[in-house]
Amino acid sequence: MLAFLVQRISQALLVMFVISVIAFAIQDGLGDPLQEMVGMSVSEEEREVIREELGLNDPVLVQYLRFAGNALQGDLGNSYFYSKPALEVIAEHLPATLELVIGASLIIVFLSVPIGVYAAIRPQAWLSKFFMGISTVGISIPVFLTAIVLIQLFSIGVTVNWFPSGSGWGQWLNDFFSTDGGMPSYGRGDDLVHLFGTWDSGLFTSDGLAHLVLPCVSLASIMLPLFIRLIRAEMMEVLQSDYIRYARAKGLSADRINFLHALKNTMLPVITVGGVQIGIMVAYTILTETVFQWPGLGLMFLEAITRSDIPLIVAYLMVVGLIFVVTNTLVDLIYGLVNPTVKLTGKKA
Amino acid sequence: MKKLIGALLGSMVLAAAPVALSAEATKELKMAYDADPVTLDIHEQLSGGILQLSHMTFDPLVRWKSDLSFEPRLAESWERVDENTMRFKLREGVKFHSGNELTAADVKFTLDRLKRSQDFKAIFKPFSGINIIDDYTFELVTSEPYPLVLNTATYIFPLDSEFYSGQTEGGKDKSAILKHGNSFASENLSGTGPYTVTRRKQGVRMEFERFEDYWDTDSPGNVGKIVLTPIKENNTRVSALLSGGVDFIAPVPPNDLERIKRDKNANLVTMSGTRVILFQMNQERVEAFKDPKVRQAFAYAINQEGIAAKIMKGFATPAAQMSPAGYQGHNESLAPRFDVEKAQALMKEAGYEDGFTISMMAPNNRYVNDDKIAQAVAAMLSRINIKVDLKTLPKAQYWTEFDNRAADMMLIGWHADTEDSANFFEFLTFCPDADSGAGQYNAGNYCNPEVDALVDKASVETDLDKRAAMLQEAEKRLYDDAAFVPLHWQDLAWASKKNVNIEPVLNVMNFPYLGDLVVE
Repeated sequence: MLAFLVQRISQALLVMFVISVIAFAIQDGLGDPLQEMVGMSVSEEEREVIREELGLNDPVLVQYLRFAGNALQGDLGNSYFYSKPALEVIAEHLPATLELVIGASLIIVFLSVPIGVYAAIRPQAWLSKFFMGISTVGISIPVFLTAIVLIQLFSIGVTVNWFPSGSGWGQWLNDFFSTDGGMPSYGRGDDLVHLFGTWDSGLFTSDGLAHLVLPCVSLASIMLPLFIRLIRAEMMEVLQSDYIRYARAKGLSADRINFLHALKNTMLPVITVGGVQIGIMVAYTILTETVFQWPGLGLMFLEAITRSDIPLIVAYLMVVGLIFVVTNTLVDLIYGLVNPTVKLTGKKA
Repeated sequence: MKKLIGALLGSMVLAAAPVALSAEATKELKMAYDADPVTLDIHEQLSGGILQLSHMTFDPLVRWKSDLSFEPRLAESWERVDENTMRFKLREGVKFHSGNELTAADVKFTLDRLKRSQDFKAIFKPFSGINIIDDYTFELVTSEPYPLVLNTATYIFPLDSEFYSGQTEGGKDKSAILKHGNSFASENLSGTGPYTVTRRKQGVRMEFERFEDYWDTDSPGNVGKIVLTPIKENNTRVSALLSGGVDFIAPVPPNDLERIKRDKNANLVTMSGTRVILFQMNQERVEAFKDPKVRQAFAYAINQEGIAAKIMKGFATPAAQMSPAGYQGHNESLAPRFDVEKAQALMKEAGYEDGFTISMMAPNNRYVNDDKIAQAVAAMLSRINIKVDLKTLPKAQYWTEFDNRAADMMLIGWHADTEDSANFFEFLTFCPDADSGAGQYNAGNYCNPEVDALVDKASVETDLDKRAAMLQEAEKRLYDDAAFVPLHWQDLAWASKKNVNIEPVLNVMNFPYLGDLVVE
């Protein structure tokens, strides 16, 4: 266990080192940070003074060594735009993203497991076919389109008049397809509860939760179909295996076979994929947060790029790299819990 | 489905509703801009966001009216004493947010600080000093006769000298202007304006409350609280208005103008703006551009009206010069001159009938539809056998390329900080001179000393009629010489809910005077 953790920590350090080198190598291509800091009519001399103050005129290697020296002491530099330590800026934006990812993950877990299992146990049922059809559509729609459609339907509202409104049934159909709108379409709302540190939470007020609904659904929409299909496929395979047949022959109840014996083995690969997908989900937050003006890491990162806020870009990439390593480590640990025969370090027990 | 979803979501929406209702009684305004101010120090950066903040939390000596005339604010009256001196009378009894009273000493403090500010010092360069006559009278002195004293006075938002002087607990100078790093002024604010900043989370939201002791008791403004949310994404900003999440948005993207016009709860206001969009033709890189005939052929080949109608969806005013209507230099006689046959004939005369290949660069997220405009211009130039190698870049990378003059034709948009024609010439068409900083954005390397001399003469001419004639003459000469390819002035657009009466507080400078806003 200890050897495993040491191995993972050294991996994390290596990952972060590589990321920082790459980020520094491409910084020239990211543009001139001064363009966002001064007005158009500021003279070249004035600009030169600021560049000198920021150390932008030093060779890249000198800049990198200075950065690395500070980074070893836990200082990833100051954001140009926020005029604050980059890690502090990230800490301020992290809670919003975490709440978004948690919300989307909950939607995925609580929908994909029952639907996937149902579709595996009753593959011929019309409901299963319906869900599979929906998931094919869902997987092929880009997340920002989902977001825009959701905003149009549930924030702005749509009035339908496809059917003759004179007759009762026409009006009923029109009402049936029309939506009211009224759901919040941007931001986290006014009613946040301060938890600790930089964490202001929207999870404890109705206003905060209402603001979470559309962004979470959009973010979940991209992963949900994938998980439904994955669980269904795994479950169907497990149901064909010898030990399930043996259990059936033994006369165990269907529920016990499905939910105790089969489900447990189904979940192993799902957890692995899930761990990787949570990391990818952090990346998808960039799109979701932009469309919903969600003040999290993704939006912050995108704005940092348009502003050439290099210290913040580097810090973000390193933190996200760290999140990937940590989630994968956790997945491996959980793996061990679900299936005790798996050995973490790969050595023989 | 309506009923079904209503039942599912109704509880959440209802729970949020009482907040909105009680807020309405105190006239709260929720507004969404594409960006929020980067700092609370109004001298740290010269940008639209900072000027908007200045008008909300401070007051200028004088301010622009929508017809580009001046309206007295903290300066009650003014008179020219001699060629180089203008005397101002300050309004009495004006209080800062801190409770201190405004005097001429505050104006001096502010002017001195402006002259130290990296972004503002260029605008205040003509000013040599300030004479304080008494607490409420002062004189602005320029080193040469300067016709734009009042234009510049719109940038003097007196600061609370007592509040911004001395040292912080940490021993930092309170009056320091820091571009990078935390200064006292970047986090604390005391002005004379209609609003105080009550909460600020950078990039997320900013809250303002009406200042109780605001001097302008005649102001019809009835907004007690303003919540500013930056929403960068155009679509999201428009959705926020249409869904009722915010009361007021700016800017409105051209693609959504129709959608907002159609909406029965929304109110759209547009007006012609003062930012000109143009292409410069680099004579240093392309020999052919030294020939006026070639430059004229380019000017004739571009269909400004087509671009304004098709690409800008009518949301732009086609331009044939730099000065927009209302500016002194605006020359009524100059009109767009789209004529492909004439352009082809000119190319033939110049000996370039078979055309040539040029490179072109434009930003793709700086001006409205900038990349599409560049594509259209490239296509139009093919009619005179010019092959264009077009590259569009995000603004962060574009300006580095622009400074390097990296392409034969480059797009630039320019808004005169002084709201005056001379500024266009000084930055865009003056012979480039690294020492004086003239022609800093002249990526065409166009150089016409006669026009430069004419504009220089106009810059010290205090007889405004004579001055206007000179500047209009300068525009005409550049037009005849086809110094650049003008495209259009970008229009401005704002949108609000029907009950927010934005029209009276809007102006062509694009900073609404929110202190006077009436919400019904």
